[in-house]
Amino acid sequence: MTTHLSPAVIARYADRDAALDEVTVWSIEVHLEDCPDCRALVAGATTDDTRALLARISAVVDAGIATGPAPAPRRSRAAIPNRWMVWHLLPWLTMTVAVLSCAVLLQALEPTMPSLVALLAPVAPLPGVAIAWSRRADPAWELIAGTPAAGLAMLLRRTAAVLAVVVPALALASTRTGFSLALTLLPCLAFTAGTIAAGSFVGVRLAALVLGGGWALAVAVPALLTAELPVILQPGSSLPWALLTLLLAAVAALQSDSFRRLSSHN
Amino acid sequence: MRTVSAAETAPTTYPWAVHAEGLRVRAGRHLAVDGLDLTLDTGVHGLLGPNGAGKTTLMRALATVLKPAGGKLTLLGESVDARADLRRVRRGLGYLPQQFGFYPRFTVREFVEYMAWLKEMPKAAVPGATQRAIERVGLAAKADARMKTLSGGMLRRAGIAQAIVNDPAVLLLDEPTVGLDPEQRLDFRELLRDVGVDTCVLVSTHLVEDVVAACTDVVLVNEGRLVYQGTPDDLVTQGGDNFPGDSPAERGYSALLRRHRTEGGR
Repeated sequence: MTTHLSPAVIARYADRDAALDEVTVWSIEVHLEDCPDCRALVAGATTDDTRALLARISAVVDAGIATGPAPAPRRSRAAIPNRWMVWHLLPWLTMTVAVLSCAVLLQALEPTMPSLVALLAPVAPLPGVAIAWSRRADPAWELIAGTPAAGLAMLLRRTAAVLAVVVPALALASTRTGFSLALTLLPCLAFTAGTIAAGSFVGVRLAALVLGGGWALAVAVPALLTAELPVILQPGSSLPWALLTLLLAAVAALQSDSFRRLSSHN
Repeated sequence: MRTVSAAETAPTTYPWAVHAEGLRVRAGRHLAVDGLDLTLDTGVHGLLGPNGAGKTTLMRALATVLKPAGGKLTLLGESVDARADLRRVRRGLGYLPQQFGFYPRFTVREFVEYMAWLKEMPKAAVPGATQRAIERVGLAAKADARMKTLSGGMLRRAGIAQAIVNDPAVLLLDEPTVGLDPEQRLDFRELLRDVGVDTCVLVSTHLVEDVVAACTDVVLVNEGRLVYQGTPDDLVTQGGDNFPGDSPAERGYSALLRRHRTEGGR
């Protein structure tokens, strides 16, 4: 900040007849921009005519502000749900929660069956994750695919929105049926990470289809036919599930570049 | 009004905003852009060509939505290849797809704000830039109407607003005049001339008169290759009275296409 202006300089600046060279005017104005005290001095050094004119202008501007339309309210808070929630996911999330409630209900009616919630847990987030990064389901995909925010971060954000619904629903279902919480949630997270990791190679939608179909054919259907809980969901297998989740998450993180564009298999 | 930063007035370090050499892009299995050489700098460029000439595929490749299958593509001095980090380039892009989807529950303002946020604009700049973009396309009266209540022409203008919200250095508009009434088309031409002063604008259209009226440069493509690049006045001189068309420019357009087809047929 420059030193304050002397009253003599201010008087010459405010006097329209006094000749001041351009350089001096510039240095005065640079100082005035930052210094309210000197601005007040300039205002005081002007003639009565100028002050009357300024007073009239300020009255007119005030009147214009008072009679004009009110300023739009701040809406920054309204934007946040739009950023996190993807509205076209809602039907799929509703369906997932409905299927889980049916599983809890069936479990209550037929307690001898292997835990349906545990069998459903790994595939519960997959429809949502597949829809979150799919050109068929997202109406604005072409607009979004060309923005800098498109990429793994965006897929993760949408996946987080899916998990924020699915994980509490699963936790509730598993406490209702009395099945281990860790063995419900860890496979769910492992399959989510696996879908994203495999999705970086073959597309998220195909990865979700293959993983979900594979689980249903290899684990869920045999378990229902034999009415026995599969080995990989027996107590004590939570450590392998946790390690698998971490491994798949690392693969997904390393492959983050491949989500920059929506490729044709999405 | 806004302050112009030093970064905006700095000279560019690249000769062309868009530079394609032997560019090849696939649309599905079909090679829609096949060996296209194109250089574009500041100004409004009209992209003409018959249906299936590869205009939309070229637009998508320039918008970094599609991955080029071969050749070199440089945008704003940065290579846009398969493994490139697209974030920085994408911040300088504005893109209006031919058919753009949207979230029907969003208002126009929410839609443009959401797109500004996806384009990673500074948080403080978003509300002002949104309002400015909406005013430039003449939608201020409908800013708080939901997208699903808008007519086709208004949707198109909302799409243009999201494309210009980040003051892009390369603006790609795919058939922006579809659904606009004659008066809005005149306003749109005015906007194009205004934006084209310091921006590289590429407008794909079927309306030759739009190109002659608003563009500084004509780009004609056919079957994925560049046929002609020159000024609108030069396009007019290409045609003779024996070519089909209702205006000199249309006769020039059909003359160029016929000449290219007979040369290709030999």
